[in-house]
Amino acid sequence: MRQLHVDEVAAAVARLVREANCVLEPDVAWAIARARSREESPVGKAVLAQLVENATIAEAERVPMCQDTGVALVFLEIGQDLHLVGGDLTEAVNRGVAQGYQEGYLRKSMLDDPIRRKNTGDNTPAMIYTNVVPGDRLRIRVACKGGGSENMSRLQMLPPSAGWEGAKRFIVETVAQAGPNACPPVIVGVGIGGNFDKCALLAKLALLRPVGQPHPDPEWAAREEELLEAINKLGVGPMGLGGTVTALAVHIEVMGCHITALPVAVNIECHAHRHKEVVL
Amino acid sequence: MARVHVTTPLTEEQVRRIRAGDEVYITGTVYTARDAAHKRMLEDLAAGRGLPFDPRGAVIYYVGPTPPRPGQVIGSAGPTTSYRMDKYTPTLLRQGVKAVIGKGYRGDEVKAALVECGALYLAATGGAGALLARAVEAADVIAYPDLGPEAIRKLTVRDLPTICIHDVYGGDQYYAGQSQWVKPDAMFKPRPPQAAE
Repeated sequence: MRQLHVDEVAAAVARLVREANCVLEPDVAWAIARARSREESPVGKAVLAQLVENATIAEAERVPMCQDTGVALVFLEIGQDLHLVGGDLTEAVNRGVAQGYQEGYLRKSMLDDPIRRKNTGDNTPAMIYTNVVPGDRLRIRVACKGGGSENMSRLQMLPPSAGWEGAKRFIVETVAQAGPNACPPVIVGVGIGGNFDKCALLAKLALLRPVGQPHPDPEWAAREEELLEAINKLGVGPMGLGGTVTALAVHIEVMGCHITALPVAVNIECHAHRHKEVVL
Repeated sequence: MARVHVTTPLTEEQVRRIRAGDEVYITGTVYTARDAAHKRMLEDLAAGRGLPFDPRGAVIYYVGPTPPRPGQVIGSAGPTTSYRMDKYTPTLLRQGVKAVIGKGYRGDEVKAALVECGALYLAATGGAGALLARAVEAADVIAYPDLGPEAIRKLTVRDLPTICIHDVYGGDQYYAGQSQWVKPDAMFKPRPPQAAE
């Protein structure tokens, strides 16, 4: 059985959080460039031009593109034929996050307790998501998620009678209410189905898809387009100053659900969508 | 929409000639403060200790920068979402603060206090922290160092780029800008201004 030392996991996580915060991934850069060509508002165009310049400076000077260097989300796809050795995997991931945030001059934004609110000083705890998959590899996907957009996210347990129209209304309303707070143009992650917690997870996982890559099921891909069109009619525009590009993309993930339920979750991501992955 | 350059501390006259939608470039001193520093400042005021800086004509920037690399003045330094400071803002405006910089919607009480006190709400581009940091020439922690990224820093800035969202006349650039671009068949309309008339 293939073995992998958890120290390698820690080192990879440290590298990924540093890199993700300073270098915009090609899918996001492309989406912003496309938005810039499509935006009709001069003010909106000027904001998008600032974002392009910002990304250039961030990469050249190794400065984080946003001062909110986020919560570290670490998604692990662990091959069932892989043996992780050398210690506790969770501890190793947190060690990698702490090291990466320290060495990368990233902001430490995590607290020990939601009410006591004392900064832990090393940006832990990371949010760790594990999934066991076939194979003997470890795929690590890291996203550094800012607080502004996360705060504008919502979940509702709709009655099944609400149907697609009810879900659509809730999703578009969430983006409308978020307005400038979520740093538009946003990426909208939507989870539909599952149960209360799986639905929220689906919305988060939807954000991991390369920006603008449609759902493999043509029916759901069409619904993604329908939502994107409805959202871009809102007029919110870049940074809420008015314009025709409010969202860069809408990604939906779906799952079967109980006969009584229609859970819908909307996880909003800002334009500074920082993600990076590696396979060990 | 005009392009206006201002120097701190802001005067009544400077503030009154700025309108919602104007590009405002700030030169001089701005003080950083986020949620935790605001909470402390209000506790200090309530205890009669006064604020860590002279609030008269002052500008507060809602930012918690990243740590600077060796040789840098500051790391990334873009705005955080403003509504979290809503609870504290009217009190600070009544102390003489003339402008606050952040991003996102403000509550009705803040909008009313801006008009009442003759102060501005300015927005900087969220997620453009590397670009905005270029306007910062010096940064020194002046209060609450235990708050780390949330400590109050005195920033010396040159032409820090912002847009006026709420002016002293009740103007609302989020509403004005979005109203211009919302489609007639949009499912939701822009959030109307509800500030004091």
